[in-house]
Amino acid sequence: MSDTTGIFIDVEISAEAAGDAELARRLEEVCPVDIYKDEGGRVGVVRENLDECVLCELCVEAAPPGAVKVKKLYDGTTLER
Amino acid sequence: MRFYEFEARQIVERAGIPVTKYGFVTDAAEARKVAADIGGPTVIKSQVLTGGRMKAGGVKFADTPEEAEAHAADILELEIGGHMPKGVLVDPKAQVKQEYYASVVWDGTEKRPMLLFSDMGGIDIEEVAETHPDHVGRAHFSNLIPFSDYQAKQVVAQTGVTGRQLTRIVPILTRLARVFQDGDMTLAEINPLAELEDGSFVALDAHMEMENEARPRQKKLLADLGIGDEETREGHEPTPFEEAVAAIDAADHRGVIQGKDTGFHGNLGLVIGAGGGSLTLTDAVRSQGGKPANYSEIGGNPSVAKACGLAKEVLQKDGVEKIAVMMSIVSNTRVDIVARGVIKACLELGKDPAETIAVFRIPGAWEEEGAKILSKYGVEFNDRTTSMWDAAGEAVEKIPS
Ligand code: SF4
Repeated sequence: MSDTTGIFIDVEISAEAAGDAELARRLEEVCPVDIYKDEGGRVGVVRENLDECVLCELCVEAAPPGAVKVKKLYDGTTLER
Repeated sequence: MRFYEFEARQIVERAGIPVTKYGFVTDAAEARKVAADIGGPTVIKSQVLTGGRMKAGGVKFADTPEEAEAHAADILELEIGGHMPKGVLVDPKAQVKQEYYASVVWDGTEKRPMLLFSDMGGIDIEEVAETHPDHVGRAHFSNLIPFSDYQAKQVVAQTGVTGRQLTRIVPILTRLARVFQDGDMTLAEINPLAELEDGSFVALDAHMEMENEARPRQKKLLADLGIGDEETREGHEPTPFEEAVAAIDAADHRGVIQGKDTGFHGNLGLVIGAGGGSLTLTDAVRSQGGKPANYSEIGGNPSVAKACGLAKEVLQKDGVEKIAVMMSIVSNTRVDIVARGVIKACLELGKDPAETIAVFRIPGAWEEEGAKILSKYGVEFNDRTTSMWDAAGEAVEKIPS
C-alpha cells in the first residue's frame, strides 16, 4: 500500500501488514504526528500528515521487518528494517 | 497590554496610593451626576488607549455639572488616533501646589526595573531629563527582592526634595514599585503626582502597561477590572496578515509563529526567528539597504504546516516576490522541518522555491537533512559559516530595488 500525497515523505505498508489489526493499533499509538490510523483493524495512512513525519523510525521499529517503510522522497533513501 | 486611565487609577488606588474622587462613565447624563457629586470644577477626560488626548480635544474643563455633561457628550463622539473612547473619566479640578512625576519602567538593556522620579511633573519626562537632568532621580532595582522605602528615598533625594515632601512621597513610590512587581507591569507611571494646597499628595493621572504573557498570572486583577480574555488591548487593530498568522499559530500547538506587518511597507518577506534572531535579522536587512515586508518569529519546533502557513502568508503579501528564511542558531527547531514548510509554501502557491527563497540560513538541529531537501529544489543551504549579516546582505542583493 502506498500513498503519494506527501511532497517529502511517503510510507509503504506491505500487503500482509496492512490487514494486521494489532499492528494498526500499535502504529496509531507510536507515530507522534498521527500518520497512521487504525481503520477498523486495517492500517490506514493519513495523507495530509505525511509531510509532518519527523523521521523518528518508531513505526519501523514497531512493525515486523519489512512491513513498514518510510521513504524520503527528497533524497530517495528509505527508513526500514 | 495597556490599561485605560480609569483602570490604572483603580490599580494605584487598590495599592493604597491616594487618588482624587473620580468617576468613570459611559454616557453624558452619568457624567453630570458624577460632576454634581464631586461638586466644583471638574475635568472630563476621554478614555482611549492612545496619546495626544489633550491636543485632540479629548480633555475638557467644566465649571458646572451641565457643562460636564455637554463636554462628555462631545468627547464620547470624538475619535482620537483611530480610537473611539471607552467612556470618560470625570475628575475634580484639583488645587495643585506642585506637580511631580513618578514611574517604574522596565529597562530592557539592564534587564531590571528602573524607578524614576522628578519634581517637575505634568510634562514629558524625557524633555525634563534633557533640559533639567538634575531634576530627575533614578535607580534600578531587583525584581526578585521586595522593594524597600530606602530605595525610593535615595531616588527622591537625588532631586533635592527633602523634609515633609520627601516623607510623604517615599511610601507612594514604594507602593508604585510594588504595583509594578506584583502586577507584572512593564510601565507603572503617575504623572502628575500632585501635592495639593493642603500638603497631601494624590495621583492625578496614571498609566499602566502589563506584560502580555502575564495575563494568565494576573487573572484576578483582570477580572476585578472587568477585562475579559477577548480584549487583546493591542496598540493597533491587527492587520489581515497579523490575524491570519495568529490563527495559524492558534490552530496547532506545535511551535510558535508570529507575524507583524504594521508599519512595514517593503518587498522582502521575512520568515525569521530563534533566540532574538528576528530583531537582529530585521535590523540586518534594513542596515543592508533592504526593505522588509514584515516582521516574524518562528521557533519552538513548529510543524511543517505551521512553517508553511507563515511562509504562505508572507508570500501572499502585496509586492512580495521573495522571502528570506533566516534564523540565529536553533537547537530544538529542526532545520529540515522549516525547509519542508517553506518549500511547500512555494509549491502550493505555484512558485519556484529556487527563485522565491532569496536566502535560507538556519544553523542547527537536523541541518544535514535540511540541506538535502533544499538541494532537491535548487535552494542553497547556509549554515553558521554564513553570518546573519551576510545572509541578510545576500537576500537584499536578490531583490530588485
Ligand atoms: S518515522 Fe516517526 S513520524 Fe515518521 S511515520 Fe514513522 S512514526 Fe511517524
